[in-house]
Amino acid sequence: MTVVAELKNVTKTYGDNTVLDDVTLQVQEGEILALLGPNGSGKTTILKILAFIESPTSGEVKFLGEVVNFKKVEQARLRSTLVFQKTVLFGASVYNNIAYGLKVRKTPKNVIDAEVKNALRLVRLEGFEKRPARKLSGGEQQRVAIARALVLKTDLLLLDEPTANLDPKNAGILEEVIAEVNRKMKTTIVIATHNMFQAKALPQRIALMNEGKITEVGTSAEVFGKLSKNLARFAAVANTFVGTATATSEGTTMVDIGNGVKVEVTAQTQGEASIFVNPQDIILSKCAIESSARNVFTGRVTEITDLGSLVKLKVDVGKPFTVQITKRSFSEMGLNLNAEVCIAFKASSVQVF
Amino acid sequence: MAVDIFASIIKAMELIISGDPELYGIVYRTLLFSGTAILLATLWGTPIALAISLKEFRGKNTIKAFFNSLIGIPTVVLGLLLFLAFSNGGPLGFLGLLYTGGGIIIGEAILVAPIIISIATTAIEAVDPDIMNLAKTLGASESQAVVAVLKEAVNGVLLSNLAAFNRAMAELGVALLVGGNIAGVGMRTDVLTTAISRYTQQGAFDLAIANGIILMLIVIAINMAVIVARKAKMLLVEVKPWVERIKR
Repeated sequence: MTVVAELKNVTKTYGDNTVLDDVTLQVQEGEILALLGPNGSGKTTILKILAFIESPTSGEVKFLGEVVNFKKVEQARLRSTLVFQKTVLFGASVYNNIAYGLKVRKTPKNVIDAEVKNALRLVRLEGFEKRPARKLSGGEQQRVAIARALVLKTDLLLLDEPTANLDPKNAGILEEVIAEVNRKMKTTIVIATHNMFQAKALPQRIALMNEGKITEVGTSAEVFGKLSKNLARFAAVANTFVGTATATSEGTTMVDIGNGVKVEVTAQTQGEASIFVNPQDIILSKCAIESSARNVFTGRVTEITDLGSLVKLKVDVGKPFTVQITKRSFSEMGLNLNAEVCIAFKASSVQVF
Repeated sequence: MAVDIFASIIKAMELIISGDPELYGIVYRTLLFSGTAILLATLWGTPIALAISLKEFRGKNTIKAFFNSLIGIPTVVLGLLLFLAFSNGGPLGFLGLLYTGGGIIIGEAILVAPIIISIATTAIEAVDPDIMNLAKTLGASESQAVVAVLKEAVNGVLLSNLAAFNRAMAELGVALLVGGNIAGVGMRTDVLTTAISRYTQQGAFDLAIANGIILMLIVIAINMAVIVARKAKMLLVEVKPWVERIKR
């Protein structure tokens, strides 16, 4: 299989801070490769190096078989593009945003018109050409950013946490678009994510990252199959815990993740186990509710983050759980820091590795 | 005296309405000198503003403070310095710029450059720092990426030009000391501010008032025009998609 891009013993430092430490990685033609790791593990830096907007402190980068000279990257930049985690748009119309890269490439106007239309159809924003890009909703803005990258048909498409901070509807649309682009256009994609759910569903290969190093590379099954121990280092990923699993008399499994927190799961396992609960699968209430959920814990709100239409809360129930709710629910519940709340989730929504 | 002022205002209005060639000649020179000075100052001020805002270097804050403080330089002090530099015995005397329109243009361009540099620097620094990387990852060269940043800061850069224009139009020191306020035959260098000063000293209050009214009107009209143009553009951007939708 052809290798599109290759990092060989790449290190990147900012002053005394080493953000990439001797990283070696190959990106193969036509694949979706996920860089999975907690915030600050170096995922974005790898993407910036592959987009040729950051240069490595040491090591070698090869692109399409040639060693990249980071002092002369203008040609290489035309063949690789990055969509940033934080949506960045020009203060212009949707059309002018998407057309920018094509104009730089001196593409004829009629071709640009057709390409912009196509890209907007792909991200399901038909007819949005003349709208001021910065006036769109967060999800729509990110879809414009993806469309702007897609029209360029680069050899390498780099996506930095493309669905972080998006509501489930927009995140779903984007995941479908990414899969479709890879399937139909055979675009090689590297996607950085800290969402295990996404990493398991989308890519053909996963590179597990931690503290500037790649700790594991393989197919989804390979990496998740032996993830248990590595996952312990992964504490920074939301709702990922390591504990000891024991069978219950009811046929389910109880995983003791410490501090008196025992999570019931449906998967059958024994001994050391890692669990992950999607923040969107957790129900938040002000007091314990009667429901079918097997896992109900009481705790206090320790962190509140505004994500636009959603609000992310950290709830300490002995272990910190991240919960995502809509802004409307948040204001209706009148929540604030240190408020006592209950969280509930079904045993079947807990993923066990 | 009160009656004299009232009569002078009437006379001034007559001069303005009748299109007095003497008066409008002064207006033409004022706009020509100030406009050219702004153009020159923009040409050398914008690259300096870009360099200060986009590059990281030692002494950056000192340079910013230096240009900020130069905004307040008294025009007579700059006029005096340029007079000494441009006079026959001065280091730039060989250029023959003293008592010429060219001298006023250069002087005013030096005077307003710090305004353009300071305001444009602030505007460019306010642009999302990721815009530069965004342009690059979409395939832009270094210079195209800089243009993309400048486009984002265009309102601030225009504001700097407007502030500079106001300063150039209203200043007296440089035009008086470098230009010489020459109103005789041959090459004239008098502009609205210096003409107001001369007519006042001569007791020709009608002419002084007429020049004053025109100066005020030009400054107000240009500032209003810029505000209206910006509002209209914003309105157009807001309304256009809805008009298109209704059409469809």
